[in-house]
Amino acid sequence: MNVTVKTVEAVLLLLAVMLLAMPAAAQERFEDPQLRERFSELTRELRCPKCQNESIAESGAPISEDMRERVRRMMREGATDEEIRQAMVDRFGSFVSYRPEFAPRTWALWIGPFVALVIGVGVVLALVARNRARRQLDSTPLSDEERRRAEQWLRDE
Amino acid sequence: MNRIWLFLPLVLAVTLGVVLYWGLGEDPSELDSALVGREVPSFELPMLREAESPARPEMLKGKVQLLNVWATWCAACRVEHPHLNRLAEQGVPIVGLNYKDERDKAVEWLAERGDPYTQVIYDPEGSLGFDLGVYGAPETYLIDAEGIVRHRHVGVVDQDVWESDFEPLYERYRQDG
Repeated sequence: MNVTVKTVEAVLLLLAVMLLAMPAAAQERFEDPQLRERFSELTRELRCPKCQNESIAESGAPISEDMRERVRRMMREGATDEEIRQAMVDRFGSFVSYRPEFAPRTWALWIGPFVALVIGVGVVLALVARNRARRQLDSTPLSDEERRRAEQWLRDE
Repeated sequence: MNRIWLFLPLVLAVTLGVVLYWGLGEDPSELDSALVGREVPSFELPMLREAESPARPEMLKGKVQLLNVWATWCAACRVEHPHLNRLAEQGVPIVGLNYKDERDKAVEWLAERGDPYTQVIYDPEGSLGFDLGVYGAPETYLIDAEGIVRHRHVGVVDQDVWESDFEPLYERYRQDG
Protein backbone atom coordinates (compact mmCIF):
# COMPACT_ATOMS: atom_id res chain seq x y z
CA MET A 1 0.00 0.00 0.00
CA ASN A 2 2.56 2.40 1.23
CA VAL A 3 4.69 1.65 -1.78
CA THR A 4 1.99 2.71 -4.25
CA VAL A 5 1.36 5.94 -2.38
CA LYS A 6 5.04 6.66 -2.52
CA THR A 7 5.10 5.89 -6.22
CA VAL A 8 2.21 8.25 -6.88
CA GLU A 9 3.95 10.92 -4.83
CA ALA A 10 7.13 10.41 -6.75
CA VAL A 11 5.36 10.65 -10.10
CA LEU A 12 3.55 13.83 -9.02
CA LEU A 13 6.79 15.34 -7.83
CA LEU A 14 8.45 14.43 -11.10
CA LEU A 15 5.60 16.06 -13.05
CA ALA A 16 5.90 19.18 -10.95
CA VAL A 17 9.62 19.35 -11.58
CA MET A 18 9.08 18.84 -15.31
CA LEU A 19 6.55 21.66 -15.36
CA LEU A 20 9.00 23.95 -13.59
CA ALA A 21 11.73 23.00 -16.01
CA MET A 22 9.67 23.90 -19.07
CA PRO A 23 11.39 26.50 -21.22
CA ALA A 24 10.55 30.01 -20.24
CA ALA A 25 9.54 30.77 -23.82
CA ALA A 26 6.50 28.56 -23.46
CA GLN A 27 5.11 30.59 -20.60
CA GLU A 28 3.44 33.28 -22.60
CA ARG A 29 2.35 32.61 -26.13
CA PHE A 30 0.62 34.39 -28.90
CA GLU A 31 -2.83 32.97 -29.62
CA ASP A 32 -2.53 33.57 -33.34
CA PRO A 33 -0.44 30.74 -34.87
CA GLN A 34 0.98 33.16 -37.44
CA LEU A 35 2.26 35.51 -34.74
CA ARG A 36 3.57 32.57 -32.78
CA GLU A 37 5.51 31.42 -35.84
CA ARG A 38 6.88 34.92 -36.38
CA PHE A 39 7.91 35.19 -32.74
CA SER A 40 9.70 31.87 -32.83
CA GLU A 41 11.52 32.78 -36.04
CA LEU A 42 12.64 36.13 -34.64
CA THR A 43 13.85 34.71 -31.36
CA ARG A 44 15.77 31.97 -33.15
CA GLU A 45 17.62 34.60 -35.15
CA LEU A 46 18.70 36.59 -32.11
CA ARG A 47 21.59 35.40 -30.06
CA CYS A 48 21.74 35.58 -26.29
CA PRO A 49 24.53 38.06 -25.41
CA LYS A 50 25.32 36.24 -22.19
CA CYS A 51 25.67 32.71 -23.51
CA GLN A 52 27.97 32.71 -26.57
CA ASN A 53 25.99 30.38 -28.77
CA GLU A 54 22.36 30.04 -27.88
CA SER A 55 19.48 31.87 -29.45
CA ILE A 56 17.20 33.77 -27.12
CA ALA A 57 14.54 31.18 -28.01
CA GLU A 58 16.58 28.44 -26.34
CA SER A 59 18.35 30.31 -23.59
CA GLY A 60 17.12 30.49 -20.02
CA ALA A 61 19.34 33.44 -19.08
CA PRO A 62 17.47 36.39 -17.53
CA ILE A 63 18.69 38.69 -20.29
CA SER A 64 17.13 36.37 -22.89
CA GLU A 65 13.83 36.53 -21.06
CA ASP A 66 14.04 40.33 -21.13
CA MET A 67 14.81 40.26 -24.83
CA ARG A 68 11.94 37.89 -25.59
CA GLU A 69 9.65 40.16 -23.62
CA ARG A 70 10.83 43.14 -25.67
CA VAL A 71 10.27 41.21 -28.91
CA ARG A 72 6.73 40.37 -27.80
CA ARG A 73 6.04 43.97 -26.86
CA MET A 74 7.40 45.36 -30.10
CA MET A 75 5.39 42.82 -32.09
CA ARG A 76 2.22 43.86 -30.28
CA GLU A 77 3.03 47.48 -31.01
CA GLY A 78 3.25 46.59 -34.68
CA ALA A 79 7.01 46.81 -35.27
CA THR A 80 8.43 45.09 -38.35
CA ASP A 81 10.93 42.24 -38.04
CA GLU A 82 13.65 44.58 -39.26
CA GLU A 83 12.82 47.19 -36.61
CA ILE A 84 12.92 44.57 -33.88
CA ARG A 85 16.24 43.17 -35.07
CA GLN A 86 17.69 46.67 -35.35
CA ALA A 87 16.50 47.58 -31.85
CA MET A 88 18.40 44.60 -30.44
CA VAL A 89 21.54 45.28 -32.49
CA ASP A 90 21.47 48.94 -31.37
CA ARG A 91 21.58 47.86 -27.76
CA PHE A 92 23.66 44.71 -27.71
CA GLY A 93 25.79 45.08 -30.85
CA SER A 94 25.88 43.00 -34.01
CA PHE A 95 26.91 40.01 -31.90
CA VAL A 96 23.24 39.32 -31.15
CA SER A 97 22.25 38.92 -34.78
CA TYR A 98 22.74 35.49 -36.29
CA ARG A 99 22.49 37.23 -39.66
CA PRO A 100 25.58 39.39 -40.01
CA GLU A 101 24.98 42.71 -41.69
CA PHE A 102 26.69 43.49 -45.00
CA ALA A 103 29.06 46.29 -43.95
CA PRO A 104 32.75 47.06 -44.55
CA ARG A 105 33.80 45.11 -41.46
CA THR A 106 31.94 42.01 -42.65
CA TRP A 107 32.87 42.15 -46.32
CA ALA A 108 35.60 39.55 -45.85
CA LEU A 109 33.08 37.29 -44.16
CA TRP A 110 30.52 37.53 -46.95
CA ILE A 111 32.79 37.73 -49.99
CA GLY A 112 35.83 35.78 -48.73
CA PRO A 113 34.48 32.30 -49.59
CA PHE A 114 33.61 33.37 -53.14
CA VAL A 115 37.04 34.93 -53.63
CA ALA A 116 38.62 31.70 -52.39
CA LEU A 117 36.40 29.73 -54.77
CA VAL A 118 37.36 31.89 -57.74
CA ILE A 119 41.07 31.57 -56.91
CA GLY A 120 40.71 27.82 -56.51
CA VAL A 121 38.89 27.41 -59.83
CA GLY A 122 41.52 29.63 -61.48
CA VAL A 123 44.37 27.49 -60.14
CA VAL A 124 42.69 24.26 -61.29
CA LEU A 125 41.99 25.68 -64.76
CA ALA A 126 45.57 26.91 -65.10
CA LEU A 127 46.95 23.49 -64.10
CA VAL A 128 44.62 21.69 -66.52
CA ALA A 129 45.53 24.04 -69.36
CA ARG A 130 49.25 23.60 -68.74
CA ASN A 131 48.95 19.84 -68.56
CA ARG A 132 47.01 19.74 -71.80
CA ALA A 133 49.50 21.96 -73.59
CA ARG A 134 52.34 19.70 -72.48
CA ARG A 135 50.55 16.56 -73.61
CA GLN A 136 49.81 18.14 -76.98
CA LEU A 137 53.49 18.95 -77.40
CA ASP A 138 54.39 15.32 -76.63
CA SER A 139 51.99 13.87 -79.16
CA THR A 140 52.80 16.13 -82.12
CA PRO A 141 54.46 13.97 -84.80
CA LEU A 142 58.02 14.91 -85.71
CA SER A 143 58.62 16.83 -88.86
CA ASP A 144 60.99 15.36 -91.48
CA GLU A 145 63.74 17.71 -90.40
CA GLU A 146 63.37 16.70 -86.73
CA ARG A 147 63.32 13.00 -87.62
CA ARG A 148 66.52 13.41 -89.61
CA ARG A 149 68.26 15.11 -86.69
CA ALA A 150 67.06 12.52 -84.22
CA GLU A 151 68.40 9.72 -86.40
CA GLN A 152 71.68 11.59 -86.72
CA TRP A 153 72.02 11.77 -82.88
CA LEU A 154 71.16 8.09 -82.48
CA ARG A 155 73.78 7.13 -85.01
CA ASP A 156 76.42 9.25 -83.27
CA GLU A 157 75.82 7.49 -79.94
CA MET B 1 57.97 26.89 -63.48
CA ASN B 2 59.04 29.11 -60.65
CA ARG B 3 59.80 26.94 -57.64
CA ILE B 4 59.01 29.74 -55.28
CA TRP B 5 55.32 29.19 -55.89
CA LEU B 6 55.60 25.81 -54.22
CA PHE B 7 55.98 27.62 -50.91
CA LEU B 8 52.70 29.45 -51.33
CA PRO B 9 50.57 26.84 -49.47
CA LEU B 10 53.06 26.88 -46.59
CA VAL B 11 52.95 30.67 -46.39
CA LEU B 12 49.15 30.63 -46.46
CA ALA B 13 48.98 27.98 -43.73
CA VAL B 14 51.39 29.89 -41.49
CA THR B 15 49.47 33.15 -42.01
CA LEU B 16 46.20 31.45 -41.15
CA GLY B 17 47.82 29.90 -38.10
CA VAL B 18 49.07 33.25 -36.85
CA VAL B 19 45.65 34.87 -37.33
CA LEU B 20 43.86 32.05 -35.53
CA TYR B 21 46.42 31.98 -32.72
CA TRP B 22 45.96 35.69 -32.26
CA GLY B 23 42.20 35.11 -32.08
CA LEU B 24 42.68 32.61 -29.25
CA GLY B 25 43.78 35.42 -26.95
CA GLU B 26 40.50 37.28 -27.37
CA ASP B 27 37.89 36.92 -24.69
CA PRO B 28 34.72 35.83 -26.49
CA SER B 29 32.48 36.88 -23.61
CA GLU B 30 33.54 40.51 -24.01
CA LEU B 31 31.34 42.06 -26.68
CA ASP B 32 32.05 45.41 -28.23
CA SER B 33 29.47 47.83 -27.02
CA ALA B 34 27.03 49.24 -29.52
CA LEU B 35 26.91 52.31 -27.30
CA VAL B 36 30.49 53.59 -27.37
CA GLY B 37 30.51 56.98 -29.06
CA ARG B 38 26.80 57.47 -28.46
CA GLU B 39 24.84 59.28 -25.82
CA VAL B 40 23.47 57.43 -22.80
CA PRO B 41 19.86 56.54 -23.61
CA SER B 42 17.23 58.67 -21.94
CA PHE B 43 15.36 57.23 -18.96
CA GLU B 44 12.64 57.90 -16.44
CA LEU B 45 13.61 56.28 -13.19
CA PRO B 46 13.64 57.16 -9.50
CA MET B 47 16.70 57.55 -7.31
CA LEU B 48 17.60 54.67 -5.03
CA ARG B 49 17.58 56.47 -1.70
CA GLU B 50 15.20 59.33 -2.40
CA ALA B 51 12.31 57.28 -3.79
CA GLU B 52 10.19 60.32 -4.64
CA SER B 53 12.74 62.31 -6.55
CA PRO B 54 13.29 61.32 -10.17
CA ALA B 55 16.75 60.59 -11.51
CA ARG B 56 17.53 62.97 -14.33
CA PRO B 57 19.40 62.02 -17.49
CA GLU B 58 21.28 65.35 -17.13
CA MET B 59 23.07 63.98 -14.10
CA LEU B 60 25.26 62.02 -16.50
CA LYS B 61 26.47 65.22 -18.11
CA GLY B 62 28.70 68.10 -17.07
CA LYS B 63 31.76 66.12 -16.03
CA VAL B 64 33.65 62.97 -16.85
CA GLN B 65 32.33 60.19 -14.65
CA LEU B 66 31.77 56.48 -14.36
CA LEU B 67 28.42 54.74 -14.55
CA ASN B 68 28.55 51.49 -12.61
CA VAL B 69 25.84 48.85 -12.98
CA TRP B 70 25.48 46.77 -9.84
CA ALA B 71 23.10 44.65 -7.79
CA THR B 72 23.11 42.91 -4.44
CA TRP B 73 22.51 39.53 -6.13
CA CYS B 74 25.65 39.97 -8.19
CA ALA B 75 28.54 38.04 -6.72
CA ALA B 76 31.25 39.84 -8.67
CA CYS B 77 29.90 43.20 -7.42
CA ARG B 78 30.95 42.10 -3.94
CA VAL B 79 34.50 41.77 -5.24
CA GLU B 80 34.32 45.04 -7.10
CA HIS B 81 32.91 47.16 -4.31
CA PRO B 82 36.15 47.86 -2.37
CA HIS B 83 37.79 48.93 -5.63
CA LEU B 84 34.98 51.39 -6.29
CA ASN B 85 35.30 52.72 -2.75
CA ARG B 86 38.98 53.36 -3.35
CA LEU B 87 38.32 55.11 -6.67
CA ALA B 88 35.73 57.31 -4.99
CA GLU B 89 38.28 58.22 -2.32
CA GLN B 90 40.66 59.27 -5.08
CA GLY B 91 37.95 61.65 -6.26
CA VAL B 92 36.56 59.76 -9.27
CA PRO B 93 32.83 60.51 -9.53
CA ILE B 94 30.81 57.32 -9.91
CA VAL B 95 27.09 57.19 -10.62
CA GLY B 96 25.51 53.88 -9.61
CA LEU B 97 22.81 52.07 -11.54
CA ASN B 98 21.13 49.63 -9.21
CA TYR B 99 19.97 46.96 -11.64
CA LYS B 100 17.03 44.57 -11.12
CA ASP B 101 17.35 44.75 -7.39
CA GLU B 102 15.27 45.44 -4.30
CA ARG B 103 15.50 48.87 -2.79
CA ASP B 104 15.86 47.77 0.86
CA LYS B 105 18.61 45.31 0.11
CA ALA B 106 20.49 47.83 -2.01
CA VAL B 107 20.33 50.55 0.65
CA GLU B 108 21.47 48.08 3.29
CA TRP B 109 24.38 46.96 1.05
CA LEU B 110 25.61 50.54 0.76
CA ALA B 111 25.28 51.11 4.50
CA GLU B 112 27.30 47.97 5.20
CA ARG B 113 30.01 48.22 2.59
CA GLY B 114 30.39 51.94 2.13
CA ASP B 115 28.94 54.10 -0.59
CA PRO B 116 31.24 55.06 -3.48
CA TYR B 117 28.44 56.62 -5.53
CA THR B 118 27.66 60.29 -5.96
CA GLN B 119 24.14 59.28 -6.94
CA VAL B 120 22.37 55.97 -7.46
CA ILE B 121 19.65 55.37 -10.05
CA TYR B 122 17.12 52.71 -9.12
CA ASP B 123 16.19 50.44 -12.02
CA PRO B 124 14.22 47.46 -10.65
CA GLU B 125 12.88 46.34 -14.05
CA GLY B 126 16.23 46.74 -15.73
CA SER B 127 14.81 49.10 -18.35
CA LEU B 128 17.78 51.47 -18.54
CA GLY B 129 19.99 48.40 -18.23
CA PHE B 130 18.30 46.96 -21.30
CA ASP B 131 18.76 50.16 -23.29
CA LEU B 132 22.43 50.21 -22.31
CA GLY B 133 22.76 46.63 -23.52
CA VAL B 134 23.70 45.34 -20.07
CA TYR B 135 23.91 41.56 -20.14
CA GLY B 136 25.45 40.94 -16.77
CA ALA B 137 26.48 42.95 -13.76
CA PRO B 138 28.86 44.48 -12.96
CA GLU B 139 29.38 46.71 -15.96
CA THR B 140 31.08 50.07 -15.96
CA TYR B 141 30.88 52.90 -18.47
CA LEU B 142 33.12 55.91 -18.84
CA ILE B 143 30.97 58.90 -19.75
CA ASP B 144 32.41 62.21 -20.89
CA ALA B 145 31.14 65.68 -20.01
CA GLU B 146 28.72 65.68 -22.96
CA GLY B 147 27.13 62.48 -21.73
CA ILE B 148 28.73 60.36 -24.47
CA VAL B 149 29.81 56.82 -23.60
CA ARG B 150 33.56 56.53 -24.21
CA HIS B 151 34.36 53.12 -22.85
CA ARG B 152 32.59 50.08 -21.53
CA HIS B 153 33.87 47.30 -19.35
CA VAL B 154 31.96 44.12 -18.55
CA GLY B 155 33.14 42.56 -15.31
CA VAL B 156 34.99 43.75 -12.27
CA VAL B 157 36.89 47.05 -12.48
CA ASP B 158 39.87 46.39 -10.25
CA GLN B 159 43.11 48.30 -9.96
CA ASP B 160 44.59 46.70 -13.12
CA VAL B 161 41.54 47.36 -15.26
CA TRP B 162 41.30 50.90 -13.98
CA GLU B 163 44.93 51.68 -14.71
CA SER B 164 45.07 50.05 -18.13
CA ASP B 165 41.59 50.70 -19.58
CA PHE B 166 40.00 53.59 -17.75
CA GLU B 167 42.54 55.96 -16.30
CA PRO B 168 44.19 57.10 -19.58
CA LEU B 169 40.78 57.81 -21.13
CA TYR B 170 39.53 59.41 -17.94
CA GLU B 171 42.47 61.81 -17.87
CA ARG B 172 42.21 62.55 -21.57
CA TYR B 173 38.54 63.41 -21.57
CA ARG B 174 38.96 65.48 -18.43
CA GLN B 175 41.58 67.57 -20.20
CA ASP B 176 39.38 67.90 -23.29
CA GLY B 177 36.51 69.16 -21.19
